[in-house]
Amino acid sequence: MGPIRGGLRGKERESGLTDMNTTALKSAGLGNAPGDAVEGRAKIFKMTQAAEEAVLRPQDYGRWSHELRAAFAARIALQYDERALSDQYAASAGAFASLAEPSQDGADDGLETVVAFMDKVATDTRNVTAADIAGLQAAGISDADIVRLCELNAFLAYQLRVIAGLRLMKDGYA
Amino acid sequence: MTEVITKFTRTVPHWQPRVKPVDLKDASADQLAALQVTPSNTKISEYVLTLAHDVESLQVRSPLFNAIMYDRGGMSRAERELGALAASMVNHCIYCAAVHAARHADLEKSTDVTDKLFRDGAQAELDPRDRAIFDFAVALSETPSQAGPQHLAALLKAGLDEAEILDLILSSALFGWANRLMHVLGEPVRPPKTVG
Repeated sequence: MGPIRGGLRGKERESGLTDMNTTALKSAGLGNAPGDAVEGRAKIFKMTQAAEEAVLRPQDYGRWSHELRAAFAARIALQYDERALSDQYAASAGAFASLAEPSQDGADDGLETVVAFMDKVATDTRNVTAADIAGLQAAGISDADIVRLCELNAFLAYQLRVIAGLRLMKDGYA
Repeated sequence: MTEVITKFTRTVPHWQPRVKPVDLKDASADQLAALQVTPSNTKISEYVLTLAHDVESLQVRSPLFNAIMYDRGGMSRAERELGALAASMVNHCIYCAAVHAARHADLEKSTDVTDKLFRDGAQAELDPRDRAIFDFAVALSETPSQAGPQHLAALLKAGLDEAEILDLILSSALFGWANRLMHVLGEPVRPPKTVG
C-alpha cells in the first residue's frame, strides 16, 4: 500500500511537523508514510492525538479511572468493528478489561447504568433522550462525571470515523 | 414551558442543558483559563460552560474544531458544512443541523440545498457533487461506518481531490463528536414567548 498522494501545496502546507505516529494514522496503516494530503493537515492529527490523551488519560479523571476509560474505549472500538485498536486499548484496562466485550453489561462492577448509557450514545445516538441523563443522575453520577463520559464517547466516535475514512482513502489510492 | 424542537430547521434554537453548567463563581483557575474569562469577556454560552466540567477535553477540542472547519485549503467551507449537516441528520442533532445548515446557506448565498434536505430528507435531489459528499458523510456517520469503496469512487467521479476527501472525512467525523455532546447533554428548545 502506498501513501496517499496529492493534497495541499505551497503556503497551505504545514511544515516542521514530523511526528505523525498517532493512534489514528497508525490504526489506518498510515503511520510511516501518510502522504501529502495527511501531511497537509498534520496539525489536525497532532491535535487529535492530544484529544485522545485528554479523554483516556486526563489528570482530573473524576469518577472514571484511566483503566476504566481504556475499557470503554476498547468496548466502543469493538462496536465500530476495530478489533486491533480495541485490543490495544484493552491492554491498558487492567481489572476492567472484560468490559471491552460488548456482551458484558457491567453489572459485576456495579456499572450497569453507565455501560448501558455508553452503548446507547455510541451506537444509537439519535434516540438518546433526557431520560438517559436523568437515569445517570438518579444513579448518583455527578454532572461533571456525565460530561466526562460523553467526551470520551464522543471523541472515540470522531477518531474511529477518521480511521475508517483514512483506510478507505489508503486502499482507494493504493 | 419551553417547547422542545423535534423537526429539522435552519432557525437556530436555544440549547438547554440537561446537566448544570459550571457556575463561573465556582470555577477553578483551570476552568477560567480554558474559558478565557476576562473582566471584559464574561458572556459564555451554557454549552461551553457545560463542557467546562471536563476542562482538559474542552481545551483541546476548541482549536481542533476550528482547524477542521476553518483552516485554509482543501475542501470549501460550505462543503465541510454539508458534511457536518449530514452527520447531524444521521444522529438527529437538531441544534447542530440548524447551525450548520444556516452556515451552509450563508456561505452558498442560497437556501436551495438545505431546503431540499430538510423537506425531502437524505434522498433529496442534489447535484452530483453534493450528492456524493452527502452520501459519503451519511455512510461514515452510521455506527459502525458504512462508507465503502463505492462511496469513495463516487467522490472521485464527482471531481474531489485527495485533500478535499480528507477534509470531508474530518468534518463529518467531527460531527460524530459534536452531536454526541450537543444531542446528549442538552436539547433544542424554543424559548417561551414573552407575554406582553
